[in-house]
Amino acid sequence: MNFAKIKQEAQEKVDALLYGKNPVVFVGTATCGRSAGAVDTLEAIGRELRSRGISAEIVGTGCLGLCYAEPVVGIARPGSPTIWYGNVSPERAVELVEGCFVKGNPLTEDVLGSTEGEAEGVPHLLDLPMLKPQVRRVLWNCGVISPTSIEHYIARGGYEALRRAVLEMRPEEVIEEVKRSGLRGLGGAGFPTGRKWEACRRAPGNEKYVICNADEGDPGAFQDRSVLEGDPHSVLEGMIIAGYAVGARRGFIYVRAEYPLAIECLEIAISQAREKGLIGENILGSNFSFDLDIFQGAGAFVCGESTALTLSIEGNRGMPKPLPRPRTTEVGLWDKPTLLNNVKTFANIRWIITKGADWFASVGTEKSKGTAVFSLTGKIANCGLIEVPMGVTLREIIFDIGGGILGGRGFKAVQTGGPSGGCLPASLLDIPVDFDSLTTAGSIMGSGGMVVADEDTCMVDLARYFLDFSEKESCGQCSLCRLGSSHMLQVLKSITEGKGRIEDIDFLIEVGEALRTGSICGLGQTVPNPVLTTIRYFRDEYEAHIYEKKCPARVCRELISYRIVPDKCKACMICLRECPAEAIQGGKREVHAIRQDKCIRCGVCLSVCPPRFSAVECVPGRLANGG
Amino acid sequence: MEYSLTEILSDYRGRQEEVIPILQKVQALYGYLPEEAMNKVAEFCHVSQSKVFGVASFYAQFRFVPVGRTRISVCRGTACHVRGAPQILAEVKRQLKIEEGETTPDLEYSLETVACIGCCALAPCLVVNGKVESKMTPKKVIELFSREA
Repeated sequence: MNFAKIKQEAQEKVDALLYGKNPVVFVGTATCGRSAGAVDTLEAIGRELRSRGISAEIVGTGCLGLCYAEPVVGIARPGSPTIWYGNVSPERAVELVEGCFVKGNPLTEDVLGSTEGEAEGVPHLLDLPMLKPQVRRVLWNCGVISPTSIEHYIARGGYEALRRAVLEMRPEEVIEEVKRSGLRGLGGAGFPTGRKWEACRRAPGNEKYVICNADEGDPGAFQDRSVLEGDPHSVLEGMIIAGYAVGARRGFIYVRAEYPLAIECLEIAISQAREKGLIGENILGSNFSFDLDIFQGAGAFVCGESTALTLSIEGNRGMPKPLPRPRTTEVGLWDKPTLLNNVKTFANIRWIITKGADWFASVGTEKSKGTAVFSLTGKIANCGLIEVPMGVTLREIIFDIGGGILGGRGFKAVQTGGPSGGCLPASLLDIPVDFDSLTTAGSIMGSGGMVVADEDTCMVDLARYFLDFSEKESCGQCSLCRLGSSHMLQVLKSITEGKGRIEDIDFLIEVGEALRTGSICGLGQTVPNPVLTTIRYFRDEYEAHIYEKKCPARVCRELISYRIVPDKCKACMICLRECPAEAIQGGKREVHAIRQDKCIRCGVCLSVCPPRFSAVECVPGRLANGG
Repeated sequence: MEYSLTEILSDYRGRQEEVIPILQKVQALYGYLPEEAMNKVAEFCHVSQSKVFGVASFYAQFRFVPVGRTRISVCRGTACHVRGAPQILAEVKRQLKIEEGETTPDLEYSLETVACIGCCALAPCLVVNGKVESKMTPKKVIELFSREA
């Protein structure tokens, strides 16, 4: 079948859905929506529609990125704009069905916005403060189309780039276009994509591989998963084009086994693409053949590193190969030239081919072109998945798009790049977000995790948290990383437990610098980043822990105390009964007090004290009895 | 259909690169990797037993002990951490009297921590047999187990 025919069929099918006589209900059912209860919501909508005898199409979509508003539901009645609602519980879904389809009066409460036209009293969805400043390329289809329908993807211009590449362009021309676009690897390191493709094409040998790195392991990062669950075909299309450009016939997607939904979406997408002749022998009638398999990563953070990843596919422990060694583009999987790119890098390729390198490069900074995708989490009002032009400031991301700090607390720091990245303070909020500026500031762009810390976040504890992660994930083959990370972790633990010594800060810096210069792979070299940047920008917090034996943010358990404010305590006995350590004294009509020597500082009393009393407080430092 | 180890192996050709996918299926079958099964995988893939154990012990997905009927996974993602996951984990441990990675002696509960389950807006959270419990507090953990019991 030729592509024009495929496209026409897809368009007809989508038109029949969107402009047919039945209403359409969209429910965001990616992992984030599901964990907020989207499947229950979807089933409630189906039941309600059936019981009322209303025929409507229900479409599960990926993630719009508005995690704070999940589950998200969009309702499109024929001839009317689509209205999107947030926080739709199953009960709320029943009301929505009644309002929209029975009373003919879409409710405006909890409405996020409209698309496909104007609705009275409803803002346009893309005018939401969280969406307006975004430039959505990688996320273009996410939350808008069904990830399990290849027709949806094709009707929105999908696989046009593949057609153009394999039927109208020579491989060298494809590479040239990618080079000219200035696209850099979005897995974090930012290596120029076009140069990597060129190196792989030039590497001698007939057998070559293309691998998509979807081993997203950073705690707090979910952008790659969201792309795979929202728009898997965009990644496949990029990979097939890459195969054509570098001369590979086979590709692998290395995706974490912890992402079952992403794997399911990919499996469906691959079989659909194969059915339509977009993967397989003689793609679209050309003499180019390419096939794709999924490899489920079994959970090792270090396998994000290229040599560890290829060893893992070969059935080994994923331990990075030491330098000096040839690049993966020359000696990769089964010692063959191998092209390895991140999910988002591949998802950008279709735009570069269809719209051209100049269009792609029209957004971004001089050295970082295009967009960046971030998972915005932590103490932020609007948690979610966002895509912004390279070069916007951290302030714009956190305060304009993210809506500022949760609960109106003060901003303290932003952590980018996960365990390999660093923590940046308020004084750096105005630096542009691009590969080079973040590196200069001591952090990294990373794969896209962005975690916001407020004044209640302890920076020593945050550094300890990341190091605890990296120490467990160290593959153990080089002693600097294996012993250095565990030694640094011990010292950090002792600081957070109030056993810190004056010389500890200098020791952490010294060992950190040694890891940075001496470890054999990128994991080991970046392990100290969270520690070194928190010392650089938040040294006073380390000093408070060490000298004053206080945790100013009231996080580190050994360096805080709970107390009951006598004037506020109503002697209700709740905390007294719930305290697992029986550390609370008092009785009926007898104001309670915490025996500090028995208190284990679990925080149960604070969480059970009725909010109308709020008599329990947490203070920095250790109190004596009666304090 | 009752799937057996032999049936799993019949889908493969017996090569080293199949070790990880096979182990994943074996674990899906038994809930963990019994030593005997790992030895059969080694024989089938023509690699040493130590090679298979080396691979299995390297990756976090693989378990060597059976898992409890109720699986509690506490999210240790960054968003959960800064919103109080350590207190949640401590409270769960106190309730179950086991450490992470362990199963209660009656095989009722097993406790594990996971990197990020992707509902950062609902942090801190934990998962009980696949069901997400969101915006947890130590108080809600106590309530959860009094309900379960």
